[in-house]
Amino acid sequence: MKNRFLDWLYKDQDLLSGITDVVEKPDISRSELKEIMRSAEEEYDNRPEVREAIGRDRDRFRSLYMIVALVSCIALTLVLLYTVGLTSNYGMENPRTLEVVRRYVEDGLQETGAVNIVSGMILDYRAFDTLGESHVLFTALICVMILLRIDSKNQRTEYEDYYKVQTDSYFDLSSDPILRLICAVIIPCILLYGIYILLNGQNSPGGGFSGGAVLGAGMILFSAAFGFDTVDRFFTLRVSNIITFVSLAFYSFAKGYVFFMGANGLDAHIPKGTPGAIFSGGLILPLDVAVGCVVGCTMFGFYSLFRRGNIGGRV
Amino acid sequence: MSVVWNFPLFTVVFSLFSGVLCMMLSPRAARNYTIAYESVLIVMVGCVLRCTYVTGEAFTYPMGEFPAPWGNEIRAGTLEALIAFLFLVIMLCSIIGGYHFLRQDIDESKQNLYFTLLNLMTAALMAITWTNDVFTGYVFLEILTLTSCGVLIVREIGRTTLAAVRYMILNLLGSGLFLLGLVLLYDISGHLLMVPMRESLAQLAEDPAAIPAISLSVGILTIGLGIKSGMFPFHFWMPDTYGWATPTSASVLSSLVSKAYVFLLFKIYIRAIGLEVLQKTPLLHLLMAVGILGMIIGSVSALRASTINQMVAFSSAAQVGYIYMGIGLGTAAGFAAAMFQILAHALTKSLLFLTTPYLAEVSGDSLKFSALQGSGHRDHLAGVYFTIGALSMIGIPIFAGFSAKLMFSQAAVLSSRPSRTTMVLLVMSALAVSSLLNGVYFVRTLIRIYSGQDEDSGKDAKGKGRSRYGYVGAGLVLIAGNIFLGLFSWMIADLIYQGLWMFT
Repeated sequence: MKNRFLDWLYKDQDLLSGITDVVEKPDISRSELKEIMRSAEEEYDNRPEVREAIGRDRDRFRSLYMIVALVSCIALTLVLLYTVGLTSNYGMENPRTLEVVRRYVEDGLQETGAVNIVSGMILDYRAFDTLGESHVLFTALICVMILLRIDSKNQRTEYEDYYKVQTDSYFDLSSDPILRLICAVIIPCILLYGIYILLNGQNSPGGGFSGGAVLGAGMILFSAAFGFDTVDRFFTLRVSNIITFVSLAFYSFAKGYVFFMGANGLDAHIPKGTPGAIFSGGLILPLDVAVGCVVGCTMFGFYSLFRRGNIGGRV
Repeated sequence: MSVVWNFPLFTVVFSLFSGVLCMMLSPRAARNYTIAYESVLIVMVGCVLRCTYVTGEAFTYPMGEFPAPWGNEIRAGTLEALIAFLFLVIMLCSIIGGYHFLRQDIDESKQNLYFTLLNLMTAALMAITWTNDVFTGYVFLEILTLTSCGVLIVREIGRTTLAAVRYMILNLLGSGLFLLGLVLLYDISGHLLMVPMRESLAQLAEDPAAIPAISLSVGILTIGLGIKSGMFPFHFWMPDTYGWATPTSASVLSSLVSKAYVFLLFKIYIRAIGLEVLQKTPLLHLLMAVGILGMIIGSVSALRASTINQMVAFSSAAQVGYIYMGIGLGTAAGFAAAMFQILAHALTKSLLFLTTPYLAEVSGDSLKFSALQGSGHRDHLAGVYFTIGALSMIGIPIFAGFSAKLMFSQAAVLSSRPSRTTMVLLVMSALAVSSLLNGVYFVRTLIRIYSGQDEDSGKDAKGKGRSRYGYVGAGLVLIAGNIFLGLFSWMIADLIYQGLWMFT
């Protein structure tokens, strides 16, 4: 084990090269494929030098690893608990501690026009952090796309496709009349609820991140009940890209404009509206909608990429 | 001034937008767009650098209408502008210099996504450099973490996927610890903005009973960033991460990403915690100890490496050790040396990582030392570039590495702390041993790539008949920067000292 690990660490041969190549052969059954992969691993393990090393080191290395992991986890836990214990003595007696919080709570409504102070904080006071945060999500989507979207380098074999079609039709729920009926009733409600959360971010708990998550969940349920083909009719990779692009570009420009005007002492001419009304809180509503769109697309994108290696139809 | 004042904001927002835009473009358009806009950013940051140097004052820029402790704020001084300028130049050189391999390593349909990641990474690097608020630092650190994993996995071979998973696990552990440290510090001080946090902590630190809480919080934060930047006991992820990535990614990860973490740590130390408070804690001594250990052990590991990229990666671990040693000295001269080392190492390492694949290409695509025999004769240009990079790493005069080592020794001698003699002895001997080891493994490699001319012409057939202007140009820029840093180190040191003075 250890030697195999060291082998991987220091040699310039791809550890998986012998194993993953096998997958590219089409037209073999699942059990045969498993057999080939197993024998490739066995072949590696059976090399005399490897076998000797494994026999010698496996148990020792594993138990050592376990002990070290356990000890370091316990040590870290104790250190953290100890530190938290120490910090409880400070903070409250420091008059400057509450300086920041007080203004958020006391003047938040007046200054941002948002009844929901959290929305006012993340989208107005500390909007720069949230600008970064919404791009974190986008970055995650791009990483998953790179990892899972099917291309010439990580193609699924015909066999895998066949296997997938088989399992999909076995587990496919779209032919289930009960599910379809129930979903036809509740999916509009879920989507409506998501839109409600999205639009009321400035007035009640909610906002872009939570509303978008509900919308994304509704889409996932929709594709599970009615099949990907139905979703592909209106939600392709291109549509997803355009929605994400427009939302994030709007976000960057709107916030860039506000930062620029605010820093230069100019009036941004964004009305705050009447607190409590839908159109209040200045930019908070449009930004919430933008964030919600990105979150929804990302959620559904993750599901679709994990399930079939693409957003929208075949590449 | 009035226009330049806005440039730091533009660099961040513009990069974020460019990232999203590249997703919509074709691979070729995405590349051209990225090169064009990075050039614009370089000009912008150059203006900021010139402006802060001439006026001699740093400026803060409120993000929106709300003033700082309530809203966000960024800040630009000479040091920030210098570091940001270097980051952008190296990013541009890495993209241009590594484009040939980028096209080979990445599937056509995903090349634009790669540029998306690079642009988001630029945004994160800029924001981390400019930030004046520790939490903003954390948010963009997350983007940096995700993009750096993304640029690793994009090659889609087993090794990079495994390396990326390991890199991600360690990085997330680092982010988690950093966040915990941050939360604890916020809990104690009640501020996220750097200067009020420092004032609050200075007030608390007057009571000796508060020191353990502060040192543990800062310690957790330091370990978090240490894991991410490859501080000594946590440097073992480096060879795989740097050794298998596509050259652009390796160069960007080793020269920019790990340096950005170190710079953030340095900024938090000086601006958010304060030197007076730090000197009451044992952290600086610890940092110096791990720095010195990293210098030695990183070099020893590099000696044992079997491929050229592993060697260069382990030497990164040693070079990061230099930086931590400089910060651990706890004096202005030590900090200046550490900052200079960031610049020198970034310029040299990106050159080396862009060059090794060319040497491998004429050696049957193998990075093993045995295959590289005589590769300097098969690809003359790559041989020359590698030689220059290696000489700079060893610390031969006229190259940047020499000036960095000189500054470290000066910093140790000029130190006025109580245990001065021990410190001078320790730093000097560590520098000597580490330079010697550097010399051994780099000279060994140089001898190997220039000995035993191998007449097997079939090996270099693949590399013929394509233009290498991008690589030649990027290499020349990096070498020019390297020699400039080596010959005119006083000029750069002047900028760094001015920046450090603005910091406090």
